[in-house]
Amino acid sequence: MSAKLGTVLAAAKADNRAALIGYLPAGFPSVEGGIKAVNALVEGGCDIVEVGLPHSDPVLDGPTIQTADDIALRGGVRIKDVLRTVQEVADAHPAAAVLVMTYWNPVDRYGVARFAADLAAAGGAGVILPDLPVEESLEWRAAADEHGLDTVFVVAPSSKDKRLAEVTAAGSGFVYAAAVMGVTGSRAQVGELAEDLVARTRATTELPVCVGLGVSTAKQAAQVAGFADGVIVGSAFVQRILDAGEDESAGLAAVRALAAELAEGVRRH
Amino acid sequence: MPENLTDPQVPDARGYFGAYGGRFIPEALVAAVEQVAEEYEKAKHDPAFAAELDLLLKDYTGRPSPLTDVHRFSAEAGGARVLLKREDLNHTGSHKINNVLGQALLTRRMGKTRIIAETGAGQHGVATATACALFGFDCTIYMGEVDTERQALNVARMRMLGAEVVAVKSGSRTLKDAINEAFRDWVANVDSTHYLFGTVAGPHPFPAMVRDFHRVIGIEARAQVLERTGRLPDAVVACVGGGSNAIGIFHEFIPDAGVRLIGCEAAGEGIETPRHAATLTKGEPGVLHGARSYVLQDEDGQTIESHSISAGLDYPGIGPEHAWLKDTGRAEYRPVTDDEAMQALRLLSRTEGIIPAIESAHALAGALVLGRELGPDATILVNLSGRGDKDMHTAAQYFGLYDSEVGA
Repeated sequence: MSAKLGTVLAAAKADNRAALIGYLPAGFPSVEGGIKAVNALVEGGCDIVEVGLPHSDPVLDGPTIQTADDIALRGGVRIKDVLRTVQEVADAHPAAAVLVMTYWNPVDRYGVARFAADLAAAGGAGVILPDLPVEESLEWRAAADEHGLDTVFVVAPSSKDKRLAEVTAAGSGFVYAAAVMGVTGSRAQVGELAEDLVARTRATTELPVCVGLGVSTAKQAAQVAGFADGVIVGSAFVQRILDAGEDESAGLAAVRALAAELAEGVRRH
Repeated sequence: MPENLTDPQVPDARGYFGAYGGRFIPEALVAAVEQVAEEYEKAKHDPAFAAELDLLLKDYTGRPSPLTDVHRFSAEAGGARVLLKREDLNHTGSHKINNVLGQALLTRRMGKTRIIAETGAGQHGVATATACALFGFDCTIYMGEVDTERQALNVARMRMLGAEVVAVKSGSRTLKDAINEAFRDWVANVDSTHYLFGTVAGPHPFPAMVRDFHRVIGIEARAQVLERTGRLPDAVVACVGGGSNAIGIFHEFIPDAGVRLIGCEAAGEGIETPRHAATLTKGEPGVLHGARSYVLQDEDGQTIESHSISAGLDYPGIGPEHAWLKDTGRAEYRPVTDDEAMQALRLLSRTEGIIPAIESAHALAGALVLGRELGPDATILVNLSGRGDKDMHTAAQYFGLYDSEVGA
């Protein structure tokens, strides 16, 4: 288990606010541009960043993140580039925690022990693997523990209480509560299911509970910060870079500005 | 307990066939997949379920499907006796209806009102749309954009039956991406919706459940061959994309050690080229669409796009039970190129008056090679999994059968 996530989340709590967690895929719009973009998330106010490892078959992602993954993969992004992104961000921002979020097959193919060792060496704090359920995660968790990495599991509104207890008992760092039944992507409203899910999850664990899927505005961030320990935003950041097209500096500025707005949002409550 | 649903030895409780299978899915789907598993376990042991399924298979599908001796075709197969299991004569024109009717009954038991499905060539999509019409379910079919173009007739057929057909424009725009899109729909609508998965892949219990619904093919065929010839066949040959028709006909023969089981997978333009769908020949173990099996993938675990002239075989994954049968050596898997399949398609058409699906033509091509290896004393059972109507556009272009002003 990594001290990093716990430290960052505890610091936000001591500050009487929710943590802000931002997601961007590595290699998007290019490897170097992606490193700058993730740095911009932190500089804008994210406490924790999730670096996506793009995958050819992202079944839990909506069209925005899938488009970014496609751009990254067509640009030739490799796992070593993802690890370098983690390293550059971790080196530049020692106070932030850097996670990798990806699907299971790239990790499995790279080698479970090798991936854990290389991610830890790059300064990564842990992983989120949305298609690796607890039942299939024993090998990964052993490797993660050996290298001091956290494994963040996702819980969903459809998770029954007994299941929530099993999932949270296996995880570390924080619990990722999916606000809606659906894939990633901005939504006009954060699901009403989220608050109930956070309460049911808290009943099973001492781990911080952070909410993602659908959050894109400062107002929504403030609302979620009212009942969760962290607010996770992904597609809205990706969309800013897509909207900027070829203009890389405009994309970076937009990402930094959105992070600042959201950081204000999580302090508003 | 119905004969075609009785428990074989695999998979284990976690859905593993040896090292393959399992359940690699988002947490949002865990409850739904568990519900399918629990409901199927109950249904399997419910005589009322079996009786209703048996009646549908008989009166609606037209089972048992016949066994056809193809003498003129056999002459080209080294003189070996070739017998075709005629799944092409089922209602909707392929084996796919067996599984669809079983899962439709299950959907009703689960109290769900909407069905989604993926399709490549459209056989599974048409079968699903058919069952939805019969049972009164809302129906959405995901199909890669490339496949909607090469299988336009089946798109029209699905719409005629009342289904919504969604052309998927992401990724390779083929079957793989249709499955991704169907999973996304399922995550968002799981309360009302059953994902009627069309092959023996996906998370547990789908590989075992879909197999069980197709085991009727092998159960019938084994008895029919014994009655017809007085002995078991020397080999059973079937095409393999995801692997549903193959597992259906193979399964009853697995304990018969003297019967060779041979799966023919799509070698496209050749397994020495990047344009093929020969997952077991050229793939490596990995996780795709919810299960561990062989996958066409690069060294970073990214799925490699497959190619086959047959939309139904154009898939970079394979059911986990086939992976296990390959590793244990119980079944053999051979690549068959686009051209070999098309030549076999034309041969069967001209020697027997049966136009097969391009998928099934891969098995016929495999039988021609095998017949020459085994000689005239051999008996080869081939699963003719589907009829060729849907593929006429592809075949007509391939062989130049259109008059020029019509075929432009």
